[in-house]
This record gives sequence, C-alpha cells and structure tokens, in this order.
Amino acid sequence: MYPATFDYLAPTSVEEALSILAERGDEVKVLAGGQSLIPMMKLRFASPSTLVDIGRLPGLSDIGETDGYLRLGALVRHNDVVDSELVRRTNHTMTAAAPWIADPVVRNLGTIGGSLAHADPEGDWASVMLACGGEIVATSTTGERVVPVTEFIADMFTTTLRPDELLTEVRVPKYQGPAGGTYLKLERKIGDYATVAVATHLELGGDGRITNAGIALTSVAPKNTKAIDAERLLVGQLPGDELFAEAAELAAQASDPKTDVRGPAEYKRDVVRVFVRRGLAKAAELASAA
Amino acid sequence: METTITINGVARTFDIEPRVLLVDLLRTRAGLTGTHIGCDTTSCGVCTVLLDGRPVKSCTVFAVQAAGREVTTVEGLVKNGELHPIQAAFKEEHGLQCGYCTPAMMLVGMALIERNPDPSDEEVRWAISGNLCRCTGYMNIVKAIRRAASEMRRAAEGSPVG
Amino acid sequence: MTTTEVPSELSTPPEIGGLGHSLKRKEDARFIQGAGNYLDDITLPHMLHMAILRSPVPHARINSIDTAAAQALPGVVAVVTGADLAAHGLAWMPTMSGDTQAVLATDKVRFQGQEVAAVIAESPYIAWDALELIEVDYDQLPPVVDPHQAMAPDAPLIRDDKEGQADNRCYHWEAGDKEATDRAFAEADAVVALDTHYPRSHPSPLETCGCVADVSPATKHVTIYMTSQAPHAHRTVFALVAGLPEENIRIISPDIGGGFGNKVPVYPGYVVATAASLLIGRPVKWVESRSENLISTGFARDYYMHGELALRNDGRILGLRVGMVSDNGAFYADAQPTKFRAGLFHIVTGSYDFPAAHIVTDGAYTNKAPGGVAYRCSFRVTEASYLIERLVQNAAYELGIDPAEIRMRNFIQPEQFPYHSATGFVYDSGNYPAALKLALEMVGYDDIRREQQAARAEGRLIGIGIASFTEVVGAGHSKDYDILGLKMFDSAELRVHPTGKAILKLGVKAQGQGHETTFAQIVANELGIPANDILVMEGDTDNTPYGLGTYASRSTPVGGAATAVVARKLRDKARKLAAHLLEAAEEDLEWEPGRFFVKGAHDRGVTIQDVAFAAYTNFPEGMEPGLEGVHYYDPPNMTYPFGSYVVVVEVDAGTGQWKVLRMIAVDDCGVRINPMIVEGQIHGGLTEGFAMANMQFITFDEDGNCIGSNFMDYLIPTAWETPHFELGLTVTPSPHHPIGAKGVGESATVGSPAAYVNAVVDALAHLGVRNLDMPVLPHKVWAAINEAGARSTT
Repeated sequence: MYPATFDYLAPTSVEEALSILAERGDEVKVLAGGQSLIPMMKLRFASPSTLVDIGRLPGLSDIGETDGYLRLGALVRHNDVVDSELVRRTNHTMTAAAPWIADPVVRNLGTIGGSLAHADPEGDWASVMLACGGEIVATSTTGERVVPVTEFIADMFTTTLRPDELLTEVRVPKYQGPAGGTYLKLERKIGDYATVAVATHLELGGDGRITNAGIALTSVAPKNTKAIDAERLLVGQLPGDELFAEAAELAAQASDPKTDVRGPAEYKRDVVRVFVRRGLAKAAELASAA
Repeated sequence: METTITINGVARTFDIEPRVLLVDLLRTRAGLTGTHIGCDTTSCGVCTVLLDGRPVKSCTVFAVQAAGREVTTVEGLVKNGELHPIQAAFKEEHGLQCGYCTPAMMLVGMALIERNPDPSDEEVRWAISGNLCRCTGYMNIVKAIRRAASEMRRAAEGSPVG
Repeated sequence: MTTTEVPSELSTPPEIGGLGHSLKRKEDARFIQGAGNYLDDITLPHMLHMAILRSPVPHARINSIDTAAAQALPGVVAVVTGADLAAHGLAWMPTMSGDTQAVLATDKVRFQGQEVAAVIAESPYIAWDALELIEVDYDQLPPVVDPHQAMAPDAPLIRDDKEGQADNRCYHWEAGDKEATDRAFAEADAVVALDTHYPRSHPSPLETCGCVADVSPATKHVTIYMTSQAPHAHRTVFALVAGLPEENIRIISPDIGGGFGNKVPVYPGYVVATAASLLIGRPVKWVESRSENLISTGFARDYYMHGELALRNDGRILGLRVGMVSDNGAFYADAQPTKFRAGLFHIVTGSYDFPAAHIVTDGAYTNKAPGGVAYRCSFRVTEASYLIERLVQNAAYELGIDPAEIRMRNFIQPEQFPYHSATGFVYDSGNYPAALKLALEMVGYDDIRREQQAARAEGRLIGIGIASFTEVVGAGHSKDYDILGLKMFDSAELRVHPTGKAILKLGVKAQGQGHETTFAQIVANELGIPANDILVMEGDTDNTPYGLGTYASRSTPVGGAATAVVARKLRDKARKLAAHLLEAAEEDLEWEPGRFFVKGAHDRGVTIQDVAFAAYTNFPEGMEPGLEGVHYYDPPNMTYPFGSYVVVVEVDAGTGQWKVLRMIAVDDCGVRINPMIVEGQIHGGLTEGFAMANMQFITFDEDGNCIGSNFMDYLIPTAWETPHFELGLTVTPSPHHPIGAKGVGESATVGSPAAYVNAVVDALAHLGVRNLDMPVLPHKVWAAINEAGARSTT
C-alpha cells in the first residue's frame, strides 16, 4: 500500500542527472512518469534506496522532425503523442497505438522513454518501435549512443542501457514513400495489458510492391518480438490477402505465448494470426491512399 | 523535506518524506478529504486530481514530484460560494449515488470540456475510461458531463441559461 | 393492476415531492463538494493506525510468529497475534451463519490472505513497514481449491478446529418435493439439462472496509465508526463476541462509498482494532487496501449448478430438478436467514408456472476466503435466476420454439396471483407477459431476428438473449426469517417539529441508494410535509431505532413500510389535533396532501404545519403532547419485483470478443418512490451483470493462489466497455405493502447476467453451442466456435 523509504534527488539539468548516474548509476533508479515504477514500489515489488526524479529536466519533452527522423524526447507523455498533429501526419503505427496505452489519466504522466526503458513485454511502445525501425538515444557523461530498439530490448524488463546512461530520446525513421501501419490490441478492458497486440508497418515502392515491412508482437513472448520471417516474406511482394494470410501464419509461429488467465496459448497464437492479417490489410489500405 | 505546492490556488508548504503519496498529503496534511483512495494498482481513479490542469492519479505521484506545481482538487471547484457547472450538472442528472468516484469524475469531466467544449457520448466515455464507478453504470455520469458542457457553452456565448 | 405510470391516488404536488417525483437528491450537496464523511475521512485525537499481516499461503500450520523486530521499529505501539487475542477469548468469533471464524490465526491458516497478526503504529506508513519485519514460520499443507475435491473422502480436513467436524461439508439443504418432481420427469417428453458454474465474484465497492475503534479508557464506552450496512445487528454481535455491555457500544456508520453486501459481515479487522483500542487506550483506525478487500472479505457466488427441466413438446415446463455444490471458503460466514442455508435460491422456479421442483444443495469448505452471499444477490437469487433463465433458453433450442414464445407459454398469469410456488413462496403480484411484451416492442424483436438471419448468411454472428426474471426481496416475516436469531423487521422513528419540519430516523443504512431523499418522500406523501423539510438519519445506533440494515433490497419493502406506517400514525394524531383546532368532529374532516379541511367547506382548514405547532402549543385536554412516533414493521410477506431484459450482441469470430449492440431493460418494482433514483439503481445493476458476464471473476490456481486479488486481475468495466441501456417500466403494485413498493436495488444484477450470456449463446446456437460459463471471455467464445468447426482467421 505504501512504499518503503528512499532518498530523493531532483536534478534540474541533464548534466546534473548524468553526473549522478556516472557516479551512482548502479544503485539509483530513475523516476520519469512513475506510472510503472510507483505502483511497483507501493506493492513493495521494488524498493530502490534512491530515486532520481528526471521530471524537471528541460529539453526532453519535445516532439519534432529533423534529418529524416521523427524525434521524441524521453519525457514526452503518451497523451502528448495522442495529441500530436506531427505524429498523426508522419506515422500511422504510433498514431494507432498511443490512444490504447494504459488509460487516459495514466497517459498524462507516463512517458515514452520510461516505457521503453521499463521493457515490459506487455508494454506497447516497444512493439511499435520494433515494427517501425525505431532507435533510442542513450546519453552519458561520455557522450551519446544510438541504439536500434531491436538491440535495446534484451529480455523481460531488461535493456542494454548502461547504468551510467539516461535514455534521452526516441527516434523513428520517417516514411520514404507511401506507407501505413496499425496497432491492433486485444485487451479485456481499458487499462488492462494486451492479451495480444500486433504492430504493423508497411512501406510501398513506386511499383506498389512492399519495400519495407515491420510486424511486432506484444504479450506473446518474454519480450516484444519482431516476426522476422513474416517480414521477409512480404518484402518485394504486392499486397494481397493471400500473402497476408501466409505472413500471419509465420508471425503466429514466431510467437511463444503462455497459457494464463487471459487464455490458452493456442488462442493467443490464433489472435496473432487474425491481427496480422487484419493489420497488414489496413496498413496496405492506408499506404495506397497516401 | 520541505515541499511547496499550490493547492486550489493557495501555495502551501509541507515538511514530508519523499515517499508520501500526493493523495495522502492532500488527505492527511492539507485537510482535503474530497480526494479518495480506492485501490493499490493505479486502476480505479478515485484519487484523480488536476496537476497543472491535467488529470493525474494522485495515488501514483509522490507529493515531492508536485513541488512548484498547481494542484486542483474537488474542494477548489466552488467559487465565491457558487457551485461549478459540473457540480450542478452531476446533481441535476443524478450522476452520483454513493459519491465516492464523483470528485474524480467531475475533475476529469471538467478537463475534457476545457479541451473539447462539445463532447459526444463516446468522447465522454473515452475520457472517463480511466475512472471506475460501481454504482451508476456510467449512464448519468455521461449525461452530467454533457450537460455541464452545454451549460458552459451557453455561458460562454452569453446566452440566457435554460 | 399494471400501469406504466405512478397511480394517481398517491400523487402529491411537486413542491411536496411525495411518491413518483424524481426529486433531486438531498445528499448530493456534500458529495459534489468533496465534503462527504467517509470512514477514512474520520480523524480522532491521538489516533493510531493498524495494518494486518496476512498469510501468503492457502493452507498451513503456524509454527511460530516472531514480532520482536516489528515491535522495535520506532513508531510502532503494539503488535498483536492470535495468541494475544486468545488470552482474552477473542481469537475466534461467531459468523452470521452460525459458524466460527478466526480473528487472527492461531493454529493454522486456512486461506491465502487470512489475518495472522496486526501492527498498530503512529502512521499507516510505519505500520506497513513493520509488517515486513514480522517473521512467520509456516508448514504448508495441501490446499483444497475445488469444492467437489473438498468433499471427496480423502480430502485434507480444513476445519480441524471444529469439534465433531469430520469432513469439509458445511451444510446440506433441500427444498421442494422430490416425489412430485420425479413423477414430472417420468411424464416428460423432453429433458433439458445444464451444468454451469456461477463463478466467484466480489462486490468490490470503491471504498474498502474499515473502522475507527475508540474505547474510552475512563468509561470503557466503545464507539466504533464502521463501514457497516447493518450497524444495529453489528452492535449486538460485538456485545456477544467481546462480552461488552451492549448499552456501552455505539456503532456509527458514516457515509459509505458503496456496499453491495460487502459491508454486511463482521470482519476480523474490526474486532482486532477494537481490542487494540481497548488494550492501548487510544483510538485505532484500520482501513484495508484493495488487495485485502478482494482476497479476504465476503466474496459472492461460486455455485456449481446442475439443472434439469422436464418439458412437454409444446414447451410447457412440468418440473425442475437442481443439484448444487457451493464453495463457501474456509469459514461459513455469509449472512443469510438461518432457515435457508442456500439463501432464497428456491425462487429458482422463477416467473414460470409449474407444480414440481426439487433442490438439493451441499456447501463445502475450501482453502479460500469465506463468504458467498453478497454483491446484490438478494440471498442467492442471482444464482437461481441465472439457472432458470439459461435452462429455459436451452429448452427453446431443444424444442425448436422461439425463446420469447416459450417464456410466454410458461409465465404465471396475472390472475394467478397471489401465486404459490412449488418451493413454498407466495408471490404477491406480477404481470410477466406485459413486461416481456414491452421489452420485445422496444427492441423490435421481429426485425432483429430477421437481421440475425441476414447476418448469418454473411458469416456475421448476431445473438439475442432474453431473461424474464422474478426475484424475491424484503426479508422478511418473523416466522421464517432471522439472522443469528434476530428477526428481520425494520423500523422508523418520526418526529415533527413545532415549525412543521421533521426528522426521520431509520434502522436501515444506505450506501448510495438515496434514502435521505426517498424516505423523506414517503413521509411527504403521507403527511404533506415537503420532502425537503424532512431530515433523514441513519447509521448511529444510539440515535436510530433498531433495524437489520440495508442489503438484499429490503430497505423499501421493510424500512419503507415502517416509515409509511409511522407517518400514518402521526397523521391519525394530526387529524385529532386538526379537529381540535377546527372545532369539528374528526369524521367531518377530509385530507388533501398537507392539509385537513371540513367536509364541504374547503376553505375551512388547517395545514400540517399548523397542526405541528399545535402539538406543542395547543393540544386538547388529555392528549399526549408532541407529534412523534416509532414503528417496527414485521413484513407479512416478501415482495416480488420482476422484469424482462433483452440483449443484442455481435460476436467477432476471429478474436471471440463480443459487443453489446442493444440492451433493453423493462423493470417492475411496484410503485416507484423516485423514478430517477430507481433508474440509477437499474443502470448500476445492469453494469454489474455485464461485468460478471464479460470479464469479472476471481479464480484460484491449483496451488490455492488467488487470481483476482487486485484490479489488474479482478476486472471492473469502465465506461468504454459498459453498454448503453434503454429502460422501460411497468408498475404492478405489491398488494400487501403500505405504499405498493417492492424494492429494486438488486433486480438488474439478478436478471441481467443470463440475458447477456443467452445473447452470446444465441449468436452461436446455430453452430450447436449451448453453454458458455461466465465470464464469457473471448477465448471461451473462440474455443466454442472452434469446437463447432466454424473457425475463422479473418
């Protein structure tokens, strides 16, 4: 019900935050929106001795586009993404996913950086980033590292972020040509984690063939997972229902769901099939309309 | 540690441990018990307050995170002895039964109307989907928020009410 | 006589606001300003805070409990264990069902979440810190998680604390007539059977349970602020449990943030807090967390039901057989009338006219939290109504008769009331065909059936579910109804002040039902005093007459009757005073709302306010001064609200999800005191029904771990999932109730689950599907479609 005691640091500049991490990165915990961390602390599943509140750091809350990337500061709240005209214009998968994260009130505080750093396999942003080729920027006192999300998510609740690093930015490559994407999430109610969710991303060439395909799965493996075989099948092909059905089958095989109170593994695998097929069809439709 | 938060327009300073949740500060240190506690997994939303104008679940915010910021609770809705239109609307439309979720629902409703002065049923249901009610089945809560929106639009346009 | 409006002979003008007026609620003023006075809002000087340590395992011997480190934590005032309570004879307490329940475990823990120790500290944060420092050495025992398994001969014995308890059976109960039923089945053309589990649910009001116990060290007077739906009954139980003199115990139930039956049992936390306050000499507050509420307080349902209907080919029901096993958890602790171990389940004959039924039920102990009767169930009527409505739906499929038509053919007809059911109920009044007819009209039944056919041709799955329920509330007559021996009357005390305002004190206790408004309206109807001039008080045992409280929809049938009767007593005295004032004979006076006047001389009259003043200033020689009375009402019978609900759903064959397209609810609760409030109660109940049908349940894994002990696992629908409801009404007054009202708080929770489930089954019935147990989760629908060979991956 109530968290254990902790020491609290509230740096007011990124430099200050980075020097704390450089010195004590392996014993402190970073607090961003707190919507994942604080519930864990209240139930005493996590009892860090020191919290570093980065909520006041300037310059980490913007959404912009430069050099062919959509760029989001780590402290961008989920609802900021929902409200962003720029995101709506530039990325269908993100536009589809953002409104379905947690619930409308939690979305006012939860951050995209915090969500990715938390690496919950039932979290939504990681799948979106895997499908769209997203990257994170990890900053420390020694410089910056750009890490593709494929290399960032290591395992359940585990990333390759170093103890002295702060995730400061999320980047998504902008569409090169006509493109579309979806995020289909089966949840029992608003605020539940996904039983199954599927992110899709399709880019088309001038000849209408698929040049880039992303399919990523939520809640059906120990970590958010790209359906690589399914993606490979799609590249170079013309969009079509039979093709998508085949891709869906490969994606289902790439999943490794567990039987639990949300349903049997076989059910979840079947929903992957259904969502990949539906998601790709919709993504293709959006791309054709672009 | 010393923490100053502006609550319902008044800056107030408290000496608290960092682990004190904002909802506990409001209820036990600031004497404002209109914000309630209903769960331990950030699910129910009866603790919702406005932080710099945006609804947040105050059970999942450390009070120290709100330092230097503005918090609005249900107690801040009445102005000069007059009920806010959202409060009047909840009474008119029977939008409450036990009253436990009501402060939260009103604040979320108010924040919605601020961004969307003419919300549809669907938009209201979406906006309050982070807040649970066990008594009303939501029907009259939706009506109350839409009624408040309508009253506030009329007042803004300067036309006579009713 | 059924109408669709409030009968005019009961009407008062809006400024008086008697029956039938949708008065805005008087209690709202404080709630909309955040000025409610809920339990956790109460702070007393020098108050301490209590937290409870609970067992992480479902079944284990306790070898030792080490509290030294917890006691040493700065800010901790005391740590209490079962051994400490045992020294004062408080380690065990009686339950409302005549069993015993551990307050703090001594020998064994018998469910995951059971109370083991308590910390009392200067702040709740410190109390929870201290919980982590208590070390308990458990010796785990095999857990019993299934009630059938519990009753197997080799099952581990859970209640080895009870002398003479050799197995895990906690009751056996039968109702009806076995021989007549067997004969009916022998004559049947067809038998339809159904095995269904009504899963464990939980009322989960948004405010959890709690208390502030304040034992005065000087006087030993005990004041307990408590989330209680039945403060008087609780006070008597405390007197018996703690051996404290009853006049020295005061229970104050403040504003309650939802009850739904969760706040009827006496929980260990209340007892421990009181004992702690007694021993320490300071007030002790205990407020449970949500997880504690879900894992340990009174759950609802968990009934395994086998039902069989004996039928003629034309659809007429000849008889009903039911065999049931209930999972009662580790202690038999639910609150229900003593005589009826399965509550009022024997209303299971429902709205239908047939002569023979036989019910056999066994209750089992399991390693789970105690409970069973809760969550707007009207004492197990939810289970009964669900079973009969599902059976009738399946009978329709079996015999090839339309589900609405088969109901019409079997309804008890209006002229058959009062109706004697096969299990001994006497239904007071009803008009089932009218309610169903209205519901079918509202939904456009024939059109929807056509739409269903057309959809099927396109591979879309639409279903229509009907439930025509009759429920039984208003417990109850002293001949048959008692809880722990306390008969189930209720009471009202009314005083009219010299200036014509009034105060009404009640033995019932609202948790959101609007009594401050509706009960004032009852008095307004009888005395013509404006409802807004009448203050209604409930919840303080020192200041209200004795009553059994609010649950099982009994407030209006019993408390409302007491209110009407006492108001009429005052009106009789008022007539005498009026005669005195007007210098006329009593029999020469007529009454209109709020006024007596001389027959034939309408201008010659006195208002009720004039009369009130006279009661204190100008009363006739020999008359007792004042205008006050009290009435204790022993209801002559139960009341029988009823209704018909129709639900239309569409099923997504690919994912198994289903969506409610329309939900039509026609309710008849007799006379409606405040139609706005009645509709609010129905909205709430329809949502609770939807919750159970769609997503909400508590379950256990094979190791006895509770799944559903927090809101991430125990799912309460939000406004987004909850359907839009369309309400209709009929009004068939209760002939025996003073104002013809029946009660409505639980009707929608009772009647709607079957309507939702019938709809989803109906969407798949053409594939041969006949049952889906609640909650009808998407994966269950998916499995049913797969089994029927109709899988879809589009």
